[in-house]
Amino acid sequence: MREIQEFTLDELKHLFSPKALTGETMVLNMGPQHPSTHGVLRLILELDGEIVLNCVPDIGYLHTGIEKNMEGKTYQKAEVLTDRMDYMYTMGNNLVYCLAVEKLTELKSPARADAIRVILLELSRLQSHLLWIGTSALDLGAMSVFLYAMREREMILDVFELVSGQRMMTTFIRPGGLWRDVPVEFEAAVKKIVEVFPKRIDSYEALLTKNPIFMDRTKGIGKIDTKTALAWDVTGPTLRATGLAHDIRKANPYCGYEQYDFDIPTQTTGDVYGRYQVRVEEMRQSVRIVEQALNKLPYGPVRDNNPKFVPPPRSEIGVSMEALIHHFKLWTEGFIPPVGSVYCTIESPRGEMGLFLESDGSPKPYRAHYRTPSVPLLQIMPILSKGCFVADLIGIIGSIDIVLGDTDR
Amino acid sequence: MGLEQKLGNTGVVTTTLENAVNWSRTNSMWPMLFGLACCAIEMMAAQAANYDMSRFGMELMRASPRQSDLMIVAGRVSQKMAPVLRNLYDQMPDPKWVIAMGDCAACGGVYNNYAVLQGVDEVVPVDIYVAGCPPRPEGLINGVVALHNKIKGEQFAKWK
Repeated sequence: MREIQEFTLDELKHLFSPKALTGETMVLNMGPQHPSTHGVLRLILELDGEIVLNCVPDIGYLHTGIEKNMEGKTYQKAEVLTDRMDYMYTMGNNLVYCLAVEKLTELKSPARADAIRVILLELSRLQSHLLWIGTSALDLGAMSVFLYAMREREMILDVFELVSGQRMMTTFIRPGGLWRDVPVEFEAAVKKIVEVFPKRIDSYEALLTKNPIFMDRTKGIGKIDTKTALAWDVTGPTLRATGLAHDIRKANPYCGYEQYDFDIPTQTTGDVYGRYQVRVEEMRQSVRIVEQALNKLPYGPVRDNNPKFVPPPRSEIGVSMEALIHHFKLWTEGFIPPVGSVYCTIESPRGEMGLFLESDGSPKPYRAHYRTPSVPLLQIMPILSKGCFVADLIGIIGSIDIVLGDTDR
Repeated sequence: MGLEQKLGNTGVVTTTLENAVNWSRTNSMWPMLFGLACCAIEMMAAQAANYDMSRFGMELMRASPRQSDLMIVAGRVSQKMAPVLRNLYDQMPDPKWVIAMGDCAACGGVYNNYAVLQGVDEVVPVDIYVAGCPPRPEGLINGVVALHNKIKGEQFAKWK
């Protein structure tokens, strides 16, 4: 049994104002086990009555050592770990890793694979936003939105299960394309989602957007302006809610996002309500992208056929000696990308997600470092929560949509 | 309800105290609202409309350990979280049970490294292990039903 770590106020006094030591203000510990912290986040609050004077996030309760573990695995095996970082956007974690490996090697993903990637990524964004709208509304007291959102989320998870056999940790996107082609039922299942979702998003909005209780709890709460947001490296819906239309999908397109017609929703308020409006509009735009990608889904291969990096199909192994050798080499030694380092970014539902990958000419990555969007979002917590009520803090944590697996890795 | 048929003509039911207590414990179990990582999302899915754990008397998730009697460890437990987890377990009133949900909570899963506890049974006694990364909601419900069966067989003392 481990010792239980306890802090005394003396050890933490540099984080708080001198008033905390004289007893004029109160230091309150919130988390790591708290229903509204969306994971194992610990916030140390300094309170003057009901007003938050200071808020110090304490992260690391979910530190998993994924980046270190990736250094000990071959490029194929390391990808499995990436699923479990930002567990609300597993396809995106796979994608940023695959884009980095593709940039490092001469692999190129075919057109059909790119289109399917876009569909799956936008569905992932939808399911992440669905869980966000459910849980953040639940925190503010709206129970039914959660039940509706989880119902629709199951439709998306069914599609993931259809293509990969797993609901969440799919590892479906692989370096050079996809693991395999999608089954024939895929198009009908996605078409159903495209048909159903706009109406369902309307029904969430009917419950929340003009709801006076929800508006009172969110308007003017947790404000931030564009300049501060940029200074703290904040990206994603939190930045877009301040008025800056920055989206990696437009600024630096990947997977053929430039072919699709979609808008970047922005708001100028920069508060919790603004972030809510941006995310709801993003859900509609995601449905739009999925519809376009599905309508012009090209046919063809779904994986690069470079045998040095991509395992040969099962049918070839029995008849071709070369295929057998490639297969053996790939699954025993792994593939060897050239020496070099790359940085790749994608737009996750929370903001810019980047991967710095360095290869030293061995089959294992020398260093993999993720730039995850949740860390800057937690860093601005003291700015967002200064002067607000404790009850509003719950809404603010929900509105920045942090995933602790993404923060701590 | 179906109970009326069991009452007979006199309205008296005979059973042992053990049976009656264990029956009530299984059907009014209050799990702690405590999510760690990916599995917590599937735990929420199990609570939501499609799977609806309230069919098994578990709709009431309590945020306070002092009001709950089942801890579902949903996700990987880091070295930093382990003392907190034990603290929470100690705060739960007896009788209490633990379900280790998912591979990480059961054995460390894919993470054999410096940061992750190699199975939550290093810090708290575990009753049921649920396999999967993450387990489907049906998997968790199966674990809960297995726990119910275990509780139904519990004895208060060694009877002669």
